[in-house]
Amino acid sequence: MDWKIYDLEDIDNQWCPGCGDFQIMEALKKALAELELAPNQVVLHSGIGQAAKMPHFMKGNFFNGLHGRSISNATGMKAANPELTVIAIGGDGDMYGEGGNHFLHTVRRNPDITNIVHNNMVYGLTKGQASPTSSIGFRTAVQTDGVFEEPFNPVAVAIAQGATFVSRAFSGYVDETKELIKRAIRHKGYALVDIFQPCVSFNKVNTHKWFRENTYFLDEAYDPSDRDAAMRKAFERAPYPLGLLYSVEGRKTFEENLACYAEDATPLYLRERKTSAVLEFIEALA
Amino acid sequence: MNVLPRGDFRDVSLVLCGAAGQGVQTVEELLVQSLHKAGFHVFASREYMSRIRGGNNSTEIRVSRDPVNAFVDRIDLLLPLNQGVRENIRERINEGTVILGDKEELGEELSDTSGRFIDVDLLQKGRDIGGKVYVGVVAAGIVAGLFGIDKSVLYGFFEERFADREEILRKNRRAVDVGYETGGRMKEESLLEVFLPGKGSAKGTVVLTGTDAISLGAVAGGCDFVTSYPMSPATGVLTFMAEHSHRFGIAVEQAEDEIAVINLALGASYGGARPLATTSGGGLALMSEGVSLSGATELPVVIHVGQRPGPATGMATRTEQADLDLVLHMGHGEFPRAIFAPGTLEEAFYLCHRAFNLAAKYQIPVFILTDQYFLDSYYDIHPFEIGHLSIEKHLVESTVDYQRYVITEDGISPRSVPGYGKGMVGTDSHEHDADGHVQEDFHLRKAMVEKRLRKMRGLRQEAVPPTLIGPEEYENLVVAWGSTRHIVEEALERVGRDDTAVLHFAQVYPLSEDTEGYLRKARTVVAVEGNATGQLAGVIRRETGFEITERILHYTGLQISVESVIDGLRQRLS
Repeated sequence: MDWKIYDLEDIDNQWCPGCGDFQIMEALKKALAELELAPNQVVLHSGIGQAAKMPHFMKGNFFNGLHGRSISNATGMKAANPELTVIAIGGDGDMYGEGGNHFLHTVRRNPDITNIVHNNMVYGLTKGQASPTSSIGFRTAVQTDGVFEEPFNPVAVAIAQGATFVSRAFSGYVDETKELIKRAIRHKGYALVDIFQPCVSFNKVNTHKWFRENTYFLDEAYDPSDRDAAMRKAFERAPYPLGLLYSVEGRKTFEENLACYAEDATPLYLRERKTSAVLEFIEALA
Repeated sequence: MNVLPRGDFRDVSLVLCGAAGQGVQTVEELLVQSLHKAGFHVFASREYMSRIRGGNNSTEIRVSRDPVNAFVDRIDLLLPLNQGVRENIRERINEGTVILGDKEELGEELSDTSGRFIDVDLLQKGRDIGGKVYVGVVAAGIVAGLFGIDKSVLYGFFEERFADREEILRKNRRAVDVGYETGGRMKEESLLEVFLPGKGSAKGTVVLTGTDAISLGAVAGGCDFVTSYPMSPATGVLTFMAEHSHRFGIAVEQAEDEIAVINLALGASYGGARPLATTSGGGLALMSEGVSLSGATELPVVIHVGQRPGPATGMATRTEQADLDLVLHMGHGEFPRAIFAPGTLEEAFYLCHRAFNLAAKYQIPVFILTDQYFLDSYYDIHPFEIGHLSIEKHLVESTVDYQRYVITEDGISPRSVPGYGKGMVGTDSHEHDADGHVQEDFHLRKAMVEKRLRKMRGLRQEAVPPTLIGPEEYENLVVAWGSTRHIVEEALERVGRDDTAVLHFAQVYPLSEDTEGYLRKARTVVAVEGNATGQLAGVIRRETGFEITERILHYTGLQISVESVIDGLRQRLS
């Protein structure tokens, strides 16, 4: 499938020239096309932030919800119709800050969704404050003495919470990012793709150059099914490992655990409930 | 000789009280089931402390030859199973109250009340049978004996529970027997007698709680997705739905917090589910932004709010009607909504069913306001009529050029869901164009605001009218909403005035268009509300311009009683 099928005409793209978001969108469109998924079979969920504007710049069903809540929307969507490919997209502030509690528990819940997080270590849309993943010492107009909070470690937290697919990419490597997104979509269960992305306007520390110099790809000998090894990799800092850190197959998804799908795989909107079922229930009480 | 019912009453009000975790609830279930099976009409209402063990909780059980469904202060027969009877019970004891208690347990505790104390060695009897756990069953046996219920009915209760545990079954049967004998002796010794005809009059009825009625209404309304964070008193609905999720094919998930609850529900709604969120005030407050999201995205959702006293944690297990203002105003921005407040089990069932269809039709949040009293109370009713109910989905199959937010005359844009048809469905929390894409076009903004608000017209036309109870021609009108309906009805019956009617609102927003007419017809209008500020009176003034100055307001944390309403009405009606 030609990835241009995901192009949306007449859009007013609001990303800054040179932003890593463009490359992530390209990787996502290509991944979807290569998986032969038509735009109307894909649902894009997002919250608030520059990254979360993605559904307005490409084709697909979309639900651009509130700040921090899109993985909850995505989980509900997937539960209502497990036949569709559901992707939740947002930045580090959206997913790890405002939505932190939902991140923790969505990982545990294990819905079959793909969670793409544009991790640029800064708040872009609100013009340059620290994000949960900003490095210690990062100075901003608010963090005037530099960030003192320990940076949030999404990959380690996801593994600790029992995630079944945890990966990290860098937007500068489009092909590798695309391949990782494809694997995440194919994975059954919650899949995290944390993508390092330079913010050309507000992060003068973690630049394209910085990410190239401070990351490396996991080699082929690395075994992503080894959770202890994955946890050690997850704690590595500069250089950060890129690729699939951890993956385990076979855990039941959120949808599979729901009573409504115990005997029937039909999406909920296509079902007809017989009111006689309620009648029988009440009559049994009498 | 004490004879019950007293005076001209047609029911006996029995109050059980005891510490949590001491089997009071089993005694309550045993008595309610047995009295109902014997054919009496029953009503039971529980008040309890926010603790797992200890304290002192009570249940009022009214037994009647006629349908009975309201809370009264009057206690005819008090069964204090443990010491530490709380003041809210003590102050309801009067000369007409018979207290069946054990001095070994209570000491002199209730001897300073005006109630007539009958000392029964319940503890000793329990010990003789096998332990303290049988005390409650002996007490229930006494009551069953006094009401002349067939012993087999009580045996049956235990046979169902302990079918394969012969020893426990035998001891419980023995406890029932001992209770019966004791009750019989009271009659012979002219201490206490119950003379209540009408056994069999409740035949064909079922006993349901408010929680049951809400939950069953949701099932009948096609609810297939339930999310909640446990919070008294709304947890029961979550529990009911979980218990029967396989039977009805319902997705049930306990979320990490109420913010997730509403966002899971709206995601599911976007995907085509018919979601229900159930919560109480504090959890509801957390959902505020999500309710606003429902307003912006026009995604249907039904939210059940079991009210309890606030602000903040308030009184976790108590009751109040003080969240109408919150539900009416919650969520930033302006968008349509509807609010129901059922007063009877039937209304709870039918309005909950209606809520799901209404939410789907108008693509709005619909609230169902109940409270702890309503949810935890139960009484017998005839089974609901269900044949005529339908589940209306209001969904369209999308075409390639489908647009989610087409501007229409009635404000309702044909709704599709992802995967249904060839098109795509876009939705956005920002102001958006017909495709759901974010736009900062000020003319479009104005048009979208107006489109959404135009739905209020249809909602108003479809509003459930208030129920007039009493004479069509009245001088005085008593306005009530939600859980106080039966209480106000019974109070008015007892006051016995043919110039006074009750106007009960089971939909409190938007108000039905005939509301003002009812109010203007009366010389005096009195509002009865379970809050301190007269919140429904406020809505009525805002919607109709009619000011209700006479108000009976109750906000102790306990439900207003029939007697309190009677007192209030006598003071206010000339």
